[in-house]
Amino acid sequence: MTDFIDRHLKWFTLGPAAVLLLLLTIYPIVNLLFMSVSTIRFEQAQEVWTFTPMQNLRSLIGDEIFRIALWNTVVFAFASVIIEIVLGLALAILVASITALKGIVRTVLIVPVLMPPVAIGSMWKLMYSHDFGVFNQALTALGLSPVNWTGSTSLALISVIIVDVWHWTPFVFLILFAAVEGVPKEVIEAARVDGARNHDIAFKIVIPLLKPAIVVAMLFRTILAFKVFDQIFLLTSGGPGTSTEVVSLHLYRVFFMQNELGYGATLSFAIIAATIAFLWVGRRVGAAVGGSR
Amino acid sequence: MLVLRGYSRIIGILLLALGVFIIIGPFLWVALQSFKYEIEILKGSWIFPPTLFNYADVLVSRRSDFPRNVLNSFVVAAISTFFVLIVGTLAAYSLSRLTWSKWISAGFLGWTLIFNMIPPLTLVGPWYLISREIGLSGSLTAVVLTHIALHLPMTIWMMMAYFSDLPRDIEEAAMVDGCRRIDAFWRISLPLVTPGLIAAGVLAFVFSWNEFSVALNLTSRATATVPVAIARFAQQYEIQYGQMAAASVLSTIPALVLMFFGQRFVVQGLTMGAVK
Repeated sequence: MTDFIDRHLKWFTLGPAAVLLLLLTIYPIVNLLFMSVSTIRFEQAQEVWTFTPMQNLRSLIGDEIFRIALWNTVVFAFASVIIEIVLGLALAILVASITALKGIVRTVLIVPVLMPPVAIGSMWKLMYSHDFGVFNQALTALGLSPVNWTGSTSLALISVIIVDVWHWTPFVFLILFAAVEGVPKEVIEAARVDGARNHDIAFKIVIPLLKPAIVVAMLFRTILAFKVFDQIFLLTSGGPGTSTEVVSLHLYRVFFMQNELGYGATLSFAIIAATIAFLWVGRRVGAAVGGSR
Repeated sequence: MLVLRGYSRIIGILLLALGVFIIIGPFLWVALQSFKYEIEILKGSWIFPPTLFNYADVLVSRRSDFPRNVLNSFVVAAISTFFVLIVGTLAAYSLSRLTWSKWISAGFLGWTLIFNMIPPLTLVGPWYLISREIGLSGSLTAVVLTHIALHLPMTIWMMMAYFSDLPRDIEEAAMVDGCRRIDAFWRISLPLVTPGLIAAGVLAFVFSWNEFSVALNLTSRATATVPVAIARFAQQYEIQYGQMAAASVLSTIPALVLMFFGQRFVVQGLTMGAVK
């Protein structure tokens, strides 16, 4: 004879999470749906909703900044993820090859992953400073002229990508390092007995065996790169001009600076659709890299 | 692994040292700035009279909200971590051990994945309106609720991985011996996934402490969290570089402390997805 709690245990256990997600994610999305077909104005602290089904869509089509932001986000995601994978992979194989100091290296490398992205943004804002930043100090000391890291249209996006690479290469390293340590020793020993040299072992044995882990790291990072907001908000706020504008920043401006709730909702859906599309393409690329999986 | 001898070993160690330096260099440089007066920062000097002025100004000066921000962040991170662990662990247990129809479990897990992928800013607008509607606008409760929702997917997926590592027989043996299912969960399975609880808890706490985009839009001046405060130092008409550096250094302390004590669990948690 089981008692009441036991008989309904599955409802008691999944229930709270389901209610929470329903109230805090599904309901807001339904809300977004209604907002996206309306124009919402504020009059005397009251929201006035007008039903204008096509207008927001028309704004979306005419929104050039959104197109630029989407492009910047894609460039940002592609560039930073690829660089991070290459560097993270190199680091993982290097650390695994050197027996001493493994613990210390790993400890140091986790720090950026756990730091507040806002703190990282403000740190790099100081370092990038045109007048007293450490990079320009170094350039001046070498007799070169200082560079306008975050203030020039051609360089700002690259500067932002550099920060992202600094921030997330350690995370890629952690995932890949766990995978490198999981490569069976016998396989490598056997290859060595057969006369394989270091680069053969790295490129023909270790890296192919790491492909699943590489794909996972790529997916994780692509998702995070598409969400990027904090660091860029602090470093450049999307500027100069629109050179580092990413989709989250644009949405923030439309929603909270210009108070265009209806159009903001439409923009949200566009961003959600773009995220899913981008990840779908990313997974295809990942599957192609990872072979038949 | 690879056998590095002679020159290649030296080159390897040098490369590694360079990597470590690149990671901690920026942190040390900013920490250095936080001990300078504004004028020394602007001059870019390397030799300067060290001062604790910035820390004093950030932490104890009358016009500073920072202690308040720290308290807010602490309250939000602690409470949301507590609830996300309870709700997430129960859900993970339910999905990995109890019989749900494929439709429900796949739908639920699929939704948590999609929710985890979309930028949080897409939902901040509706969250803002809802919290205003029910009178929670600018309150810590609103931030806590959203942080629970934000970190629920990660917690569920991590705890599911830990539960699926436990053999089912242990629980079944207890139930054969007359234990109720809920007691089997409470007395047997839960203690065995303690490492998972620590890993998920540390990560949820750190991510909540670091979270910016939601807190920026849902908090008021009185309820602002640490990241919002740092952004304020950097966004005012004149950037307060010294205070900004000091606040940034201070904001990383909880992450450093938790990492120091829970490093093994943190690494385990972060790499879980890749190994599985």
